[in-house]
This record gives sequence, C-alpha cells and structure tokens, in this order.
Amino acid sequence: MSNLSQTENIQTPETVNTPALALENITKTFPPSVTALDNVTFSVQRGEVHALVGENGAGKSTLMKVLAGIHQANAGQIYLEGKAIKIDGPMDAKHQGILLIHQELSLVPDMTVAENIYLGSIPTKWPNRVDSVTLYSNAEKILKRLKCKFKATDKVSKLSIAMRHMVEIARALVFTPKIVVFDEPTASLTDTEKYVLFEVIEDLKKENVSVVYISHRMDEIFTLSDRITVLRDGCYRGTVNTRDADEDEITRLMIGRSLDNITKSKAPEFGPKVIEVKNLSCEGLFEDVSFSIREGEVVGMYGLVGAGRTEIAETLFGLRQPSSGQIYLKGDQIDITSPSVAVESGIALVPENRKEQGLVLGMSCQDNITLSILEQVASYGVLKKKKENNIYQKYADELAIKSPSGGQKVGNLSGGNQQKVVIGKWLSSEPELLILDEPTRGIDVGSKSEIHKLIRILAQKGYAVLVISSEMPEVLGVSDRILALFGGKINGEFTDNEVTEDALVKAISF
Amino acid sequence: MTSPTVKISSQKNITAWGLKLLARQGILIAFVFFLFGFSLFSERFLTTDNIMVVIRQASIIGTIALGVTIVVIGGNLDLSVGSLLSFCTVLVVDLHDKLGPLQAIIVMFFFALLIGALNGYLIGFLKLNSLIVTLGMLSTIQGITLIYSGGLNVDISNQDDTWFSFFGRDYIAGIAVPVLIFMGLALVIEFILKGTVYGRKVFAVGGNPGAAVFSGIKKNKIVFSTYLLSAFTTGCGALILGSRVMGSQNNVGQGYELLVLAGVILGGTSLLGGSGSITRTVIGVLILSFIQNGLLLLGYPYYTQWLVTWAVIILAVWLDVASTRGKVFTSFK
Amino acid sequence: MSSLQKKAKSFIVEQPIWLFVLACILFFSFSTEHFFDIGNFKNILVQTSTIGLIALGLTFVMINGNIDLSVGAVVALSASLAVDLQSLGMGSAVVIALLSGLLLGILNGAIVWKTGVDAFIVTLGAMIGIRGLVFVYTQEQSFFAADFSYSDFGSSTLAGMPTLAIIFILFTLLMHYILTRTIHGRNTFAVGGNRQASIDAGIRVGPHMVINFAICGFLAALAGVLLSTQMGASTPNLGRDFELWAITAVVLGGTKLTGGSGSIMGTFGGVIAIGVLRNGMNLLEIPAFYVLVIMGSILIAVLFIDKQVNRGSKQELNV
Repeated sequence: MSNLSQTENIQTPETVNTPALALENITKTFPPSVTALDNVTFSVQRGEVHALVGENGAGKSTLMKVLAGIHQANAGQIYLEGKAIKIDGPMDAKHQGILLIHQELSLVPDMTVAENIYLGSIPTKWPNRVDSVTLYSNAEKILKRLKCKFKATDKVSKLSIAMRHMVEIARALVFTPKIVVFDEPTASLTDTEKYVLFEVIEDLKKENVSVVYISHRMDEIFTLSDRITVLRDGCYRGTVNTRDADEDEITRLMIGRSLDNITKSKAPEFGPKVIEVKNLSCEGLFEDVSFSIREGEVVGMYGLVGAGRTEIAETLFGLRQPSSGQIYLKGDQIDITSPSVAVESGIALVPENRKEQGLVLGMSCQDNITLSILEQVASYGVLKKKKENNIYQKYADELAIKSPSGGQKVGNLSGGNQQKVVIGKWLSSEPELLILDEPTRGIDVGSKSEIHKLIRILAQKGYAVLVISSEMPEVLGVSDRILALFGGKINGEFTDNEVTEDALVKAISF
Repeated sequence: MTSPTVKISSQKNITAWGLKLLARQGILIAFVFFLFGFSLFSERFLTTDNIMVVIRQASIIGTIALGVTIVVIGGNLDLSVGSLLSFCTVLVVDLHDKLGPLQAIIVMFFFALLIGALNGYLIGFLKLNSLIVTLGMLSTIQGITLIYSGGLNVDISNQDDTWFSFFGRDYIAGIAVPVLIFMGLALVIEFILKGTVYGRKVFAVGGNPGAAVFSGIKKNKIVFSTYLLSAFTTGCGALILGSRVMGSQNNVGQGYELLVLAGVILGGTSLLGGSGSITRTVIGVLILSFIQNGLLLLGYPYYTQWLVTWAVIILAVWLDVASTRGKVFTSFK
Repeated sequence: MSSLQKKAKSFIVEQPIWLFVLACILFFSFSTEHFFDIGNFKNILVQTSTIGLIALGLTFVMINGNIDLSVGAVVALSASLAVDLQSLGMGSAVVIALLSGLLLGILNGAIVWKTGVDAFIVTLGAMIGIRGLVFVYTQEQSFFAADFSYSDFGSSTLAGMPTLAIIFILFTLLMHYILTRTIHGRNTFAVGGNRQASIDAGIRVGPHMVINFAICGFLAALAGVLLSTQMGASTPNLGRDFELWAITAVVLGGTKLTGGSGSIMGTFGGVIAIGVLRNGMNLLEIPAFYVLVIMGSILIAVLFIDKQVNRGSKQELNV
C-alpha cells in the first residue's frame, strides 16, 4: 500500500507463458490467532530462479511448507503448470515434482550418504534386495556433480553440518523435479560449497527447472535470482525484476515501518555497569567478545544464525564453559559453572527455544512462573499455594498474561502469552541481568509489540537487558546500543542515534 | 467456506473431549466397573473383610510402586527393584537372628540406600540410560543375593518370640500394619510430590529436563534422589515381606519390577516422565489386586489375572495416548 | 596398510565386543585346561543357541527403535505347544508352535503401530499376558516328550556339528543377510534412526515394525522349540528372565537402545561373550551366582565406556 510505485515492476503472469507454479490468495492461520500468511499470491516461471525474501517471521518458510504439503492452506489455490492441484502431504508434493530442501536437516545419522540420498527409494534387485552397486554408483555421480569431498559410503553422522546440507541438496537431484525450493541453503555452507551450489542452481535452470530461493543474503540474491518477491508480516509486498532492483528498495520493502513506535526513556541515564565481559572466547563458537551493560540499558545483539549469539548467552548463563576470558558481575569477577550458579548470581535467560528450554509445557502457568524461585514461595520446603498464587497474579497483571487462570496448562496458551510466562518466571527471580534470546520468535505481531514495550519498561525499572535477535526492526526498536555479530566476533557497535540499517546489514554480513 | 470447517472441528473436539474425559477418569470408571462387575457374581467380593485382604495383598507391590512412581515421574525407569526386594528381604531375615531385629533393619536400609545411591549416581550424574543401568543392576543384585545366601533360603528360627512380626502380621485398630505402612507412605509421598519444592522439581525435571536446567534446577541431584527414594520404599516392601513370611527365598522378588511397573503404568503415570500421581498409582495397583482377587473368588485359577492385566494395561495406555493425540488410531502408515 | 588389515581394524572399531570375546577366550584357555577344546566350543554354541536366537530377533526390533519384553513368555508358550501337541505329529506340533510366536509377534507389532502406545508398555503387557496364556494352556503342568526322537533331536549332530549349533549359525547368517542386504533391513535402520525423516521419505513405517516384531516372535518361538528338544520337556516357567539376557546380549553387541544402529554380528558377539563367560566360569567352578554379578557389571561398564568414547564434542550443551 505504501509502495504503489512498485506496481510497474511487477510482471503479470500473462506476459510470459503459463507459469510453472502459481500461488493464488494463499492464507494460512495457526490457532489460536496467528495469521502466518495473508492472501499471498505469486508465481514462478519455468527455468526461473525466484528469490523469496522477508524478515524472520514474514511467512517465507510457512509459504514453502504449504507448497511442500507439510501445512495445508486455509484458503487459496496452487497451480502447477496451469493446473489447479491439491498437495496432500510431503510425499505427494514430491510425486508432483515439488521438492523442498529443508533448513532443518532430516537425515538418518547412522546411515551412509547414499542411503540417505535414496531414503525411501533405494534401488532394488529381485526379490527385495538392495542393489548396492547401482545405489552407490548413482549416489557417487550426484556427489560428483555437487563436487562433494566426501564419499557415498561415508556415514552421515561423521559429516560436518555443511556436508549434511550438501547431502540434503543431493537428495533433490535424485528426482527430476519441476520446482525446487531452497530454504536458506547457504546458512552453514563454506564459500566453495556455496559456489558449487550456485552452479547446481544454474544447471537446474538450464534443465528448465524452476527454483525458489529463500535467503537473507542480498549478495546471493542479486547474483542468482531473476526476480525477487518480498513478503512482510505474512503479506505479499511486491515482486521486482532483479536487474531493475537495488538493495535499498528491497530492504525498504522488507522492513517497512510496521513496528509500533517504541518510546524510549528520553535522556538515557544509565546506572553503574551490571555486567562486563572481557575477551570471552569459546572454541569454535565465538572469539574475543567484550562488552558491558549498565543498569537501565538495553543492549541489542544482532547477527545471523550461526554468528555465535545464542552461544554467548549460553556461556553467560553457565551452560557452556568459556575457553578464555572473564565475566564481571557488578565489578566482581564470577565463574559461572552452571545455570544454578547463574540464577543465584542474578542472571536470567529467556531462551531461544521456548518449548524445549523455556517451559515445562505440561505444567500450569503458575507452576512455570515460580519454577526458578521455588525456595522463596515455600517455607521449610513446603510450597505455599497462596504465595505462589500471589506471585502469579502479580506478574500476570504486570505482563498482561492472558490466561483464564493460573492453573491453566501453559501448553494451551498462545505463543505470545507463553513467552510472557517465561519472562515472568525470570522477573520473579528479580535478576540483575535479563538476557532475552529471540524474544519474539513465532509470536504474532500484536504480542510482539507488547513484548517490545515490556522490554523498555523493564529497562526503565533498572534492569540491565541483553536482547539477542535476528530481526532488525526489533533490535533497532528496543535497544539503546547495538552489537553486530559476525562469525563469532563483534563486528561493530552502534549507539541508538548513530545506527543506520545499511550499516547494520553490512556489519553482520561481511 | 468457514461453516463446514467449523462443523468438522467441533466434531473433532467432541471426540477429543470424550477421549480426554475417558483418559482422565477412565481408570476410576474401570475401577468402579470392575468392583461392580465382580460383586454381581460373588457375594464375598465387596465385604469389608475381603477388601482389607485385597489391600493387604497389594501392600508390598504398592509400597514399592510408590518409589518407582517418583522415578518414572522424574523421567526414568527402575527395573532393579525386584532384585533389590529379594536382597533386602534375605538380608533383613538373615540378620534378624544374627544381630537382632533393630540392627537387621538398620543394616538392611543402609544397603538398600547404598544401592539406590549407586543407581542414582550412574543415571543422575553419569547420565547413563536408566533402562540398561537398572537392568544390569537387576542381574548384579540378584547375583549378590545368591552369593550372600549361598543359594539357600533363609528364615527366622524363633518366629513367635520377636516384635519383628509387627510389620507384616499385626493389626492396629483392626487394620493390618502392611496396609497402614502402604497408605501412610502413599500419603506422605503424595504430599512430597504435590506440596513441596522437591516434588515440583521432580515434575519439572521429568516434564522437560531442558527447561528445568534453564530454570536453575540441579537436575542431576534430583534424578539421584529419586533412586534413593525408590530404594527406600523397596526396603519398606522388604520389611513387610520379611516380617510376614518370617523367611525368604533368595529370588522372592523376581518379576516384581514388571508387576510394579504395570501398576504404575495402569495408574496413568506416563513413562515419558513429568506427569502422574501417587493416588493414581495406588488405584492402578489396587485394580491389579482386585482383578486377581475377583477372578479367584469367581473360581478362576490365579494366572487368569495375567491375561486380564494384559488387556487392561494396553487399553488404559491406549486411551491415554489417544486422548493427547485427539484420535483413536495413529496416522502414520 | 593392506585392505585386509584395514578391514580387520574397522571390524574391531565397530564391534569391540569381539575383542572382549577374544580376551575371555585367552583368559579361560590359560586358566582351565578344559576350555580350549573343539568339543567345548560346540558346547558353548549349543548352550547359547536359545538366548542367541532370541537376541537375533530382538536386534531387528531394537534397531527399529522398539523393544520386545515378551520373548521369554513366547519361549514358554511355543515349548509347551511343541511338546504337548506331539500327538498331532511332530511336524505339525512344531509348525503350530512356531506359528504361535509369529502371530503373537504380529499382534504386538500391530498394537504398537495402530495404537501408538510405546513398545515397552505393549510388550510388558504381552509378557505378563502371554505367561498367563501359558499357564492357562498348561494348567501349570510340565509336559514331557513321549517320543524319544524329539528329545534326540536336541542332542543330534550333523557332520560332527550339533544340530542346534548349526541352526543357530544358519539363522545368524540369514538374519545378517536380511539386515544388511534387503530393503526391509535398510528401512529398519532408517525408521529407527529418524522416524519423521522416514515418514517424509515415504517409507511405510508401520509394516516394517510389524515385520520386525513378527521376526522376533518367530525366532523366540524357534528358541522355545529347540530348548524343549534339549530338555525333552517343557515347563510353564520356562524362559523367565530370557528377555533380560537377550537385551543384555544385544546391548553388549553395540545396538543402540534408541534405535537406528546395530548389527547382527555384534549381537552374535554379545551372545558368544555371555556364553564363553558362563561356560568358562563354570569350568573354573565359580558358582553361577558370580556370573550374574559379572554380567550385570559388564553391561553397565559397556554403557559407561560407550558414553566416554562417543562423548559429544566440546560444543555440546552442558545440560
């Protein structure tokens, strides 16, 4: 709506032949109230590389999962080569010629590369035997095409993560697909592997296969793609021809200004340093990281997946042991050997993975909130339900947790409310330092801005807050200072008034 | 477009709701059904006398099941309780004549807790798989029992003249002491699990070990302690058994680990950890015991109970799984 | 390094249990003169054939990511049927006995597949229930084979080898072949290693599970028949604790409890390790009780060593 000027760049499907793939008005909602995709329409031509960009949570992955039959759309229609089709599960998608190469790996670790490539379609000899010769020679051919350095007979468990991604990609080449979707394929590839992948994509193009390429990295998108489609907050924002577009334009389309204006404390006057990290390193994960956070200050840590953000948080919380460096809490050097030490010294971590690390889903809201302060709501080890309930009420009010009662199972709440419960759990322990790792992942837009406001309020109350995020508007919106992370190192530090989006993008990707 | 979807989902909700109700209260419904069914065919079945007999018979397995329930809620298994029961019973009976009853009991509990601590160390701190560790311990303890007893059965020589018989044979206010021990422990442990910091931590560790650690709970210690508790209740079971029989075969507890587990599972405590309750375990164990008693009263041989147990266990757990799934059958092919 | 050496090395790395077997053989050979003897080795094979056959089937089920606790009860049922039904003719009796195991296996598998209840619980129930079936059928009686040719089979030899040992070895080879060379074997690994990935790849998870439970039930029944020919009789309590011994052998052989990894040759090694230990200690006149302690300790030790060797990298979380 704000970008009507884009319309001239949008190629109408009629200008070329029937598109290989067309999606019309796809809508997907997740209960209770998350709209992941809202009326998305776009099409891909035969032999085209079509980049799909957007912020985290913009709906790219959901869209692709609808395409691959993992999710079913609530409304809308998919056309494959002009024919309306229904995709009934991942196998059906494969048979119809749509292949999704997952971001998450779905390999069987204890089997060989060849067996994984041909999982579910192993070549057979009479009567029901594995045709090992064909299996391995075919697999070897595919690996050669991908210029992989490992052998078809290697076990997947012995491969690096990057190599495993190559196996996942190799799987796509077993079939002759019509559409191949790559979801962030280069996130963990080395440069050489990346170029091999690009060659493979060029080859696919020559064979008239259409490629949908999801990525965050502008350089890749501009070298590879023919057209770029932008999604934001689950909505279609426009399609541009790559050769007519420039980065700024794409960035503008991606980010927009959908975020509510967040009122920051006017004259940021911060208290004394709460935490100071000096030359902290953890072998193979991050190196020589130094920073400090003051009372009342929100520091944002921005970087791509794999840049070492989460690992730094985990080290501060005692889940990893640093290989060198020091941590000072309120001036005293401390040795955080375990999470319980971290909790006792006043460090709280709202983890990235809410369901696996943040909450005991089978427990009630109230029980989850008091989980880190059980000793305080008990006398002589006996829990005082009333104290527990008071604590719950206090934080339910303060954080506006929408739950029928404290006894409600936390698994039944929406993502936003679940996240508030996790935050409440840590506020109740009255920490000095609050670390939030991807605080709004998988949360609908409304709750997102509520949580952003909350972070600012917490800062005003004097907490030192570290917000880790891969969403630019989020870090820009909530932080007083931003640390940009790239390849395990701090690659730039910006105060709120000097930061620009361009500078940030550069700092995290070079 | 929207109205048919709503209809389908509401139908689904009804199925899910029905399944949930059955799964939550199914075990009670089944319990009442069994009691009623048996009482139709046998007049003796629902008499106070008979009920007391059934509970007394269930008390040994029940007492052990209390401890195992804690282990299972904490997300692990304990298959060593059968062997441990043999060992403790042999020990306490054998030492009774040699050291005197009190000393025998103290020594027995000492060794029980020692073995529990070993289990707990291996599983809690070394993080070894609980199924295999306790399976290994099952065989080890069985061997130790046989070595200790030299393969012979033990008994107490002067059975009329010792207060040791109190635990297995006496009555207080008309209620058998084993029943009092069983019910007393059940109340205490239910309170510990539901009302104390410790209990809450056990549930958290079993429900989501990751989140428990991320909340600053010392997971390893909690797991360790659950095995101490299961060893303790097994010791109590041995006390009842030894005192009741006043003697012991050296393989008396063989197979108990699985019967105990059957009771726990039947009660609805999930093997995945993080859910369950002592009340449910008590009901589970009592159902097994009532099935046994009812079938006997109806004139069926004792082993027919095993066939019924088979069906009851699978139906009970199926219902539970189906209710969380919201569907009766699995969807995978 | 020659390829043979390489092969030998990788064999040792993948199947460390054989090193243990070798060490035991060396130890017992030097400590008792009766141990290192062809006759004794044949003896060990016969003694282990029962647990061995069960362990072969269990390997399939465990690689598949399940477990079967009901095998011991199946042994008793098939032994009782085979001995009691001799009046129908030896052949029919054996076939019926084997069929009973096969059907109970299929039943277990189908329940695990369709209800989604954990195999541990399903087969725990079956273990109790099938034992009940045995007692109902036998009325708590032991049966004796009136026909001596039946019990002669248990002690017969073929070309100098005990028939039971030959059967055990033949099935080991057959199972090894099925596991490593057939599509079913390959998919068994896939389903155990990553069930969701297998479903996504279009592998029909359920039928594979049922087939593996069927194999396991059949081999347990076969073990029961062979055991009854050895004894010339069957008792209703036959096979108690066999499931525990078989699991021990399979785990010693390196099969992962969580599924997805393991081998028949490893299981064979585990079975032989147990057999050699029992036999050697017996020859040393060490009471059988100590074997229990030693076996239990070894099982835990193997788990411990495995944990140390396969410890995650430094990058793993300290949870």
